[in-house]
Amino acid sequence: MTDTKKLKASNKQAGRKIGGTVAIFVFLLLLGTFMALPIYLACVMSIKPVHELFVFPPKLYVIDPTLDNFKDMFATLSDMWVPFSRYVFNSVFVTVCVTVAQCVFASMAAFVLAKCKFPGNKFLNGVIVVSLLYQSNVIYIMQYIVMAQLGMINTYWALILPSVASPMCLYLMRQSMTTIPDAMIEAAKVDGANMFTICWKIVMPNQKPALMTMIIFAFQAAWNIQGGTLVYKESLKTLPTVVQQAASSGLARAGVAMAAAVFMLIPPIVIFMIAQKNVIETMAHSGIKD
Amino acid sequence: MDNAAIGKRSKAENRRLIWLQMKQNKECYLMMLPFMVIFFIFTTVPVVMSLPMGFTDFDMVQLPKFVGLSNYTTLFLNDSIFVQSIRVTLVFAIFTGPLSYVLCFLLAWLINELHPKLKTIFTLIFYAPSMANVYTVWQLIFSGDSYGYLNSVLLNLGIINSPIQWLTDGEYVLGVTIVVQLWLSLGAGFLSLRAGFQNIDRSQYEAGAIEGIKNRWQELIYITIPSMGPQLMFAAVMQIVSSFTAGTVAQSLVGFPSTDYKAHTIMTHAYDYGWVRYEMGYASAICMVLFIAMFLVNKLISKILSKYMD
Repeated sequence: MTDTKKLKASNKQAGRKIGGTVAIFVFLLLLGTFMALPIYLACVMSIKPVHELFVFPPKLYVIDPTLDNFKDMFATLSDMWVPFSRYVFNSVFVTVCVTVAQCVFASMAAFVLAKCKFPGNKFLNGVIVVSLLYQSNVIYIMQYIVMAQLGMINTYWALILPSVASPMCLYLMRQSMTTIPDAMIEAAKVDGANMFTICWKIVMPNQKPALMTMIIFAFQAAWNIQGGTLVYKESLKTLPTVVQQAASSGLARAGVAMAAAVFMLIPPIVIFMIAQKNVIETMAHSGIKD
Repeated sequence: MDNAAIGKRSKAENRRLIWLQMKQNKECYLMMLPFMVIFFIFTTVPVVMSLPMGFTDFDMVQLPKFVGLSNYTTLFLNDSIFVQSIRVTLVFAIFTGPLSYVLCFLLAWLINELHPKLKTIFTLIFYAPSMANVYTVWQLIFSGDSYGYLNSVLLNLGIINSPIQWLTDGEYVLGVTIVVQLWLSLGAGFLSLRAGFQNIDRSQYEAGAIEGIKNRWQELIYITIPSMGPQLMFAAVMQIVSSFTAGTVAQSLVGFPSTDYKAHTIMTHAYDYGWVRYEMGYASAICMVLFIAMFLVNKLISKILSKYMD
């Protein structure tokens, strides 16, 4: 445990004993192993050759790792009507649009809802929570009707717009922003800043952990957008849709399905790592500033 | 003049005052506008349109026909599977809701005690299950023949003599789904609590240390929890939603319908009527009952939390 020294140095807080930190580490390690096991199995399954998928007793490791499952998946994908790169473009385009728009719009709306007193504030806050709680399978039909009325079926709009205004992200930001002291905003107002400047120059830099969390949520949701009935043109379909098709038509289904799942998991994990790294860096900064 | 009327404004005055306030806050409305317009068109309008569906007979081919309260009366009086699904949902919610809420908080806190590099790794490990669509891998773990990982381990250890049908035996179905749901449940709530811990001003801890806080527990109770109220509320809402509306996991894991409807939640029931039988009116009545239940639980929890925070 060479890390314990560093651990101690990083905690300038009261009553930290090395023993306690080690105990926490061991506890998390054990629980983490249980949590990570299924994902580890999925990764192992994705590189197992077909003849290893059905041996008894089932093995926790691969004897003869192969990328056949991934090759199989990509072979199926490149056989489709539309070139594979088109699906990649669709997914990347939709994901970037949704994530950026969602973070910008939700941050501004959350700031106003959390920190301004104006007629209708309480009502709007209530509406957001209720819309989180109300889950009904009829909504999709109604959404379809609305989209059809607006002539958005089979366009990129159908993929992007319904996901942009996510009540979950708004609620997350709003909750986080309520902890900002009013004095900070008042001081900025006295200095002549308008609300827009206060939001982006003063409040948001202090909200990096929440912002990064929102980016993770937004990216993850956007990356998995399928379109469903809203988009049925082949050239507008996104990766999750076609990867699922490929997974269900593969030769050794279990292996290819796992390869597809692992493949789709990589971008969200990359975003997650980048976002988390950012959070830790800001915390170091604010420590110096204070 | 009446004594009670002193200091009170007339209706017209009130209206003028509100109008004035609205004018003063022009900027606020402008900043909300992009979000609210999209939210209104793609969420509020469909939700409001779906509200009256519970009172209709709607098969998606013909126009909805008004039938009054008959959907609701059938639901509670004649639909024994619905009553069963209420029981399943409650058991499910009691096990996955509070338990995973506590787990979210506990893990977020413990991770926060570690070195920054380890923080990232552990957060990823605990959050990854809700990021990935890999819960099908549990099918391999709980597979009913001796090729299943769990069965093969138990057979090897001699605990059981013949493989157990984890996914089809009515006795285990609900337990298995609860385990998988718990595994999946460290999602949005967990991550927002992690963000909350990271957002706490470090100087508060230093001040606390000077004031005589002796250990982690005291720090948690006197400094951390009181400044985490908003995140705790967010996590609570997320847990309510995920534990009450669970259903897809059960459907893909133990099949649909599950053995003896042992893992048949309200959401599964709504799916059954909505997308299998195309009785949308009935399905939306089911969803309405669920929404009312979730709304009440949410009210209750926010009351408890706000009392505790102050």
